[in-house]
Amino acid sequence: MSPSYQDLLSAAREVIPEVEPSEVAPRVEAGDGPLIIDVRETGEWDQGHLPGAVHIPRGFLESRIGGVASDLDRELLISCASGQRSLLAAVTLRDMGFTNVANLAGGFARWKQNNYPVEVPRILTPAQRSRYSRHILIPEVGEEGQLKLLDSKALLIGAGGLGSPAAYYLAAAGVGTIGLVDDDVVDESNLQRQIIHTTDRVGVNKGESAKEAIRALNPEVQVNVHPFRVNRDNVLDLLQEYDVVVDGADNFPTRYLLADAALMTRTPLVHASILRFEGHASVFQPYDGPCYRCLFPEPPPPDLAPSCGEAGVLGVLCGVMGNIQATEAIKVLLGIGDTLSGRLLIYDALGMTFTELNVRRDPDCPSCGPNADLRLRDYEAWCAGVGTHDHAGATA
Amino acid sequence: MSTVKIPPVLRQAVGGDRTVEVPGATMGEVLDALCAQFPAVGSQILTGDGQLHKYVNVYVNDEDARLLQWTDTPVGDADTVMILPAMAGGAR
Repeated sequence: MSPSYQDLLSAAREVIPEVEPSEVAPRVEAGDGPLIIDVRETGEWDQGHLPGAVHIPRGFLESRIGGVASDLDRELLISCASGQRSLLAAVTLRDMGFTNVANLAGGFARWKQNNYPVEVPRILTPAQRSRYSRHILIPEVGEEGQLKLLDSKALLIGAGGLGSPAAYYLAAAGVGTIGLVDDDVVDESNLQRQIIHTTDRVGVNKGESAKEAIRALNPEVQVNVHPFRVNRDNVLDLLQEYDVVVDGADNFPTRYLLADAALMTRTPLVHASILRFEGHASVFQPYDGPCYRCLFPEPPPPDLAPSCGEAGVLGVLCGVMGNIQATEAIKVLLGIGDTLSGRLLIYDALGMTFTELNVRRDPDCPSCGPNADLRLRDYEAWCAGVGTHDHAGATA
Repeated sequence: MSTVKIPPVLRQAVGGDRTVEVPGATMGEVLDALCAQFPAVGSQILTGDGQLHKYVNVYVNDEDARLLQWTDTPVGDADTVMILPAMAGGAR
């Protein structure tokens, strides 16, 4: 005779120890409890759960447990509403090789009856769950990560070659607030690469144009248009409002200004620069990794550093590099993966090669070193002065 | 012969190539040989007294030569020397 549901539960009780809420609550409160896996359905989880519990609906238990617990000897406590589904789930985990699996007796209901603390998760709306479903499926992002993105604020310096794709993808990803700093207007010659703008918005401020595109793509993103150039007087106030800054500027004074201001406000800086077929990208984590001036202590003179307007740029290159910036910004915001901090990535589109160089903190760095005299300066004059002074000394 | 990677802004000075093979046992010798072969490169990366400009980064393989032995860093046939000036382009 096939076993009934009751038979299955009885058999499970033979092999899975049960733990009363009163036994585990003090450990949970002290932060040294077992890893709690809640196997209820999403609607139940959303109503509240044990503090620190990880949610894996029963139907996904086998496929997702590996992403949560890789050590088979780790102490696991399985919970559901009343302790029955979790009991059978515990048997499955035991069958998968987990050696230290217990069941929460009476489940979440008994826990709650005893007035132990309950966490009620902030949750996505059904519309958000649908929009961001492909993110939610990724264990490193999940619903929690998506909520984090929705709460995040990214500042983009420039809504041009790099800023266009970066802003577009950050908006699609649901980064809740996007600031766009650009005093320029859309020009026909921008449209070969600045894909967030359109032919009928030629003449419109780039921030406003990008805002329109973002509204059409993802209306819940708050877009702050800052239609001016970033300068010494506004940079600190601006950066303080944001969690990450994406540098897509087109000149050295702005890049060095941002580098110093990012240190002063401790804002992670996602860097990229482009020319013709080549792109550079890195991440500068204030005082945790090298800064821009550790990498490039001084700017080159103008003839060694032409702008894209002077020397040209492959339109598609902007998409690659801007999206590397968007990727890094998302990783920084979520605190996942290994960013480009400490590395300079060089992409050569002609050779289709990616080269990585090590970038280390410079102990003598004039911006982030221990003896640095970090203050905002006249970067226009400084960049011009460094360039002309050095270059005057060169042989012809 | 070491391989020198030429950044976009210096390619015209070497006739358009992305890499150039030059002899030399140290990074300094390699760059001297490069500048002797292509004087237009020297006028961009060297000061009047033949020193490398501070704004020129040079990498030997994936390490910053400033953190190795700068121009005395030994280089062999399998090594790559990369000249890396900062680039500013992004928005326009």
